[in-house]
Amino acid sequence: MFSNFDFQAIIQALPYLFGQGMVFTLTLTVLSALGGLMLGTLLALARISGGRVLSTVATGYVNLMRTLPLVLVIFWFYFMVPYIGQWLLQESRPIKVGGFSSALLTFIMFEAAYFSEIMRGGIQSVARGQNAAGLALGLTGGQTMRYIVLPQVLRTMLPVLLTQTIVLFQDTSLVYVLSLTDFLGAASKIAQRDGRLVEMYCFAALVYFAICFLASQAVRHLQSRVAIIR
Amino acid sequence: MTDTIIALQNVSKWYNPAFQVLKDCTLAVPKGEVVVVCGPSGSGKSTLIKCINALESFREGEITVDGVRLHEKGVNLPKLRARVGMVFQHFELFPHLSVLDNLDLAQIKVLGRGKQEARTKSEALLHRVELSEHANKFPGQLSGGQQQRVAIARALAMDPVVMLFDEPTSALDPEMVSEVLDVMVKLAHEGMTMMVVTHEMGFARKVAHRVVFMDRGEIVVDAPKDAFFGDVGNERAKLFLSKILQH
Repeated sequence: MFSNFDFQAIIQALPYLFGQGMVFTLTLTVLSALGGLMLGTLLALARISGGRVLSTVATGYVNLMRTLPLVLVIFWFYFMVPYIGQWLLQESRPIKVGGFSSALLTFIMFEAAYFSEIMRGGIQSVARGQNAAGLALGLTGGQTMRYIVLPQVLRTMLPVLLTQTIVLFQDTSLVYVLSLTDFLGAASKIAQRDGRLVEMYCFAALVYFAICFLASQAVRHLQSRVAIIR
Repeated sequence: MTDTIIALQNVSKWYNPAFQVLKDCTLAVPKGEVVVVCGPSGSGKSTLIKCINALESFREGEITVDGVRLHEKGVNLPKLRARVGMVFQHFELFPHLSVLDNLDLAQIKVLGRGKQEARTKSEALLHRVELSEHANKFPGQLSGGQQQRVAIARALAMDPVVMLFDEPTSALDPEMVSEVLDVMVKLAHEGMTMMVVTHEMGFARKVAHRVVFMDRGEIVVDAPKDAFFGDVGNERAKLFLSKILQH
């Protein structure tokens, strides 16, 4: 099987794989993680301290997202977003949404559900006493959340959030169903073009493994450094 | 001793329809007085003191703090709480902030003091509780007694009109109790109005003007210190005192 393994094919493909594919993958990962964290935090806040309506809506949203397969959501958004946009903007035709925008929106909305569960657990674990201490000093509920509770939650939960982001990094490869050129998509295109399936898929696996492994190690290292002294 | 800082009028509170935690509590704390609240656990002392800065709600009665009527609608609670210092049993310092930042935060965000002004105030207060050398440490690096002194300094940084203490020494190792009580005694001698939930009867003897004894949600005794420790004249209070003063 490996007798005619062609390393040259990989080396020649490197600029395309990393310059196009990996840049796309990393951009999508980072933007999705940041967007997902922001939306997820808002969802967590809505569930914890929103009114009954808001918290029910947020809970429903989170549970819905967590029960659907990601590929389905990617497809669904890709085909529905132009029509939703048309309806929202009152246009006469479905709006044009690029593959990247559609994918980014999908990942933000999907990841937000997971990030919100992490943040919710964190907010609840920062003892109620901290909340009382903030309020007792005359801070408003919002200020207490912003200056006292959330900074602690982010630091405590950072390792879990980053681990979730590593999973997200792997999951972004699913955008290949939209024919987008992420890292795996790029490898796949070269593989098809040059007939180098073994080389390309082996190399792609190796790269994903290396990045995720190193990132996990880094998270573990970081864990002890960001921990709050108690 | 003319102005009343805290006034409770027939305050009642229920946790559920069956369980009444506060029964018809009436109490007044004039400016400059130190009132010690004691009683068996579960008697409602902590709940009572938390009602005063509205960390706990109450259903019936009236509470007036420094002229602000808590039972009325539309009270600006943050503004009121900024004038009422509170010290908790478990310190509740902010573990992600340095000692100085713990003291600065609310001065800047609530009182709108400048960074430098707040810092000067914080440093002076840390000096006062003899913790200047720990200013840049994090709370987790301090002992319990030191943390509680920081917590007192943090409350004082807001220039409160009254200080509430909710069992400030009961989470401390015995050897650290006195360093915290010393700070509180000093504060009392300076004329701070204080309401202190505690079992430290030595502290009560030393600085309290009045002692309030609570049992099962009721204020059973509200007497001047000497009368309380002389002959309290109430069986439940006598029994309680004999139990905690036994050793």
